[in-house]
Amino acid sequence: MKSRSLFRRLALFFGFAFLYVPILSMIVYSFNNSRLVTVWDADDSPTLKWYRALLSNDQILGAAWLSIKVAAVTATGAVILGTLAGLVLARFGPFKGRTLLSGMTTAPLVMPEVITGLSLLLLFVFLEQLIGWPQGRGFVTITIAHITFSMAYVTVVVQSRLATFDDSLEEAAMDLGARPAKVFFRITLPLILPAILSGWLLAFTLSWDDLVISQFVAGPGSTTLPMVVFSKVRLGVSPDINALATIMVMIVGFGVLVSALYMRRQERRVALEAQMARADKH
Amino acid sequence: MGERQASNAVEGVGPPRPVDRTNEYVRIEHVTKRFGDFVAVDNVSLTIFKGEIFCLLGGSGCGKTTLLRMLAGFESPTSGRIFIDGQDMADTLPYERPVNMMFQSYALFPHMTVEGNVAFGLEQEKLPRSEIAERVAAMLDIVKLKDLAKRRPHQLSGGQRQRVALARALVKKPKLLLLDEPLGALDKKLREATQFELINLQEKLGVTFVVVTHDQEEAMTLASRIGVMDRGEIVQVGTPTEIYEYPNSKFVADFIGSVNMFEGRMVEDEPDYVRIETPELPCTIFVNHGISAAPRAAVWAAIRPEKIDIAREEPPGPDNRARGVVRDVAYMGDMSVYLVQLDGGKMVRVTLPNSVRQLSERISWDETVWLSWDASSPVVLTQ
Repeated sequence: MKSRSLFRRLALFFGFAFLYVPILSMIVYSFNNSRLVTVWDADDSPTLKWYRALLSNDQILGAAWLSIKVAAVTATGAVILGTLAGLVLARFGPFKGRTLLSGMTTAPLVMPEVITGLSLLLLFVFLEQLIGWPQGRGFVTITIAHITFSMAYVTVVVQSRLATFDDSLEEAAMDLGARPAKVFFRITLPLILPAILSGWLLAFTLSWDDLVISQFVAGPGSTTLPMVVFSKVRLGVSPDINALATIMVMIVGFGVLVSALYMRRQERRVALEAQMARADKH
Repeated sequence: MGERQASNAVEGVGPPRPVDRTNEYVRIEHVTKRFGDFVAVDNVSLTIFKGEIFCLLGGSGCGKTTLLRMLAGFESPTSGRIFIDGQDMADTLPYERPVNMMFQSYALFPHMTVEGNVAFGLEQEKLPRSEIAERVAAMLDIVKLKDLAKRRPHQLSGGQRQRVALARALVKKPKLLLLDEPLGALDKKLREATQFELINLQEKLGVTFVVVTHDQEEAMTLASRIGVMDRGEIVQVGTPTEIYEYPNSKFVADFIGSVNMFEGRMVEDEPDYVRIETPELPCTIFVNHGISAAPRAAVWAAIRPEKIDIAREEPPGPDNRARGVVRDVAYMGDMSVYLVQLDGGKMVRVTLPNSVRQLSERISWDETVWLSWDASSPVVLTQ
């Protein structure tokens, strides 16, 4: 890291440019006064008029509200299921079907979204014919579909936290007279809480910007925000989409940042504890 | 430590603290624990008395920790039974046992203060708050941690953490405290000081201790009795003196302290003495006590390094002596270790206290010396 040669600086510059110039240009154009997305109106820019337009657009506000609801319920559901799966994988030791379970829970990470979406759609349609539930497609089906794939991420985060966690803490609590439920709520849960929170944020952002799976399982009248953006873009790009996309990027960026900070703080603490433990031995 | 125990035996003084063998507290009956094909604990039977410090001593993988975990209830025996205070523990869960454990890693709860850690066990008993506060304060006073009550575990030194772990286990007033390598994570100086603190505390509170350790010095200082374990089995149980002076097998003799082992055959086997012939020595080994072994059976004579004399002059013969050349001298301050190569080629380890200060008096490298030992010193082993 010491030699900051020209080559390295250029590599850094182009790397970042490749990733962020499109987003930056979109953000800049969201403040453009012109109706034409590609023409910069230097006289009246920057302006917040597209943001104002968004606020009075009921379709977008409705979609945003639906997206937030879906994301919040998804994140909560995924955290509950993902934590349980993570606990089983990290704590149960070897059992029959462990490898299978481990593979199955992480499979959605690599499964093509089109396949996940299609198979869920088929399942929902079949279930409706069979038992009459879920009735039609909308909030419920979108949420179930989102939980399915975001749970895998939570499982991985929780499991990796539990792997660095000293099992004897739980044994010590039990030894001191705490029943298993008490051990979980007083010892295990507080210690894996940072991982759970970062898993929640991760699941929230995943659900918030999912388009493909939502397209499959959404019904009439249940349009999420990414779906609105996508359908608007197909009719031609209008500048209010830039403003909307900017807000979405901000929300996602915030979620990812907070979750990353949490994880980093946690890692540092683990490293510090390990360092102190080593220092004691010598 | 070995030396101290040795002198006790020579002077006919018993172990430092006598064991009251009338009050049985823990009884382990034919306990076996298997993990798949691996037998971790193999048909162990053991009795531990009230108020003693019992050490389970053995190398890694000998099953000592598994045995301890079965006492705590974290593992259940594959077969056999465990009684604590007369009660069969088979169906008693860890959180219902009158037992507390101090973990090797201490297992302090990182999200709680020192006070919170110590109070945790009492909170589970649903005691009134005022009583919890009182008992926590009293216990922190005993382990000298009153000033650090509000700290978190990661703000403490290793020794302080060890004391928190001890306080947390003792505040529950257990009748039996299990300690897994209690001093393993401490440095040598601190370990010695803590050993004596631990003994004082145990005597003050009258708790029965079961300690697991791989460190024979630790076992020697702490224990009223030691159970030596090897490959899942208890090979010998006895006071530190008995284990050191009268090991019952080559394994125990070798594991506890260092020893010179001479392999040979019994040529004379009388009730009050035996004579052993060994190819490693020009003379026979004369032992002034009888042993029970088949005549002409292969035996081993084990002689501790501190029980061998080293001199420039030839000692009176004909038995229990050998000539050799000093190959190595390790000066340890309080004593020196000599490695002497006998004329037959065998290396013998001899330790000698450095009671004289002049260097010129001391035996040095490449000197030809005579080794000799008392007829009471060798231990004759048949296995």
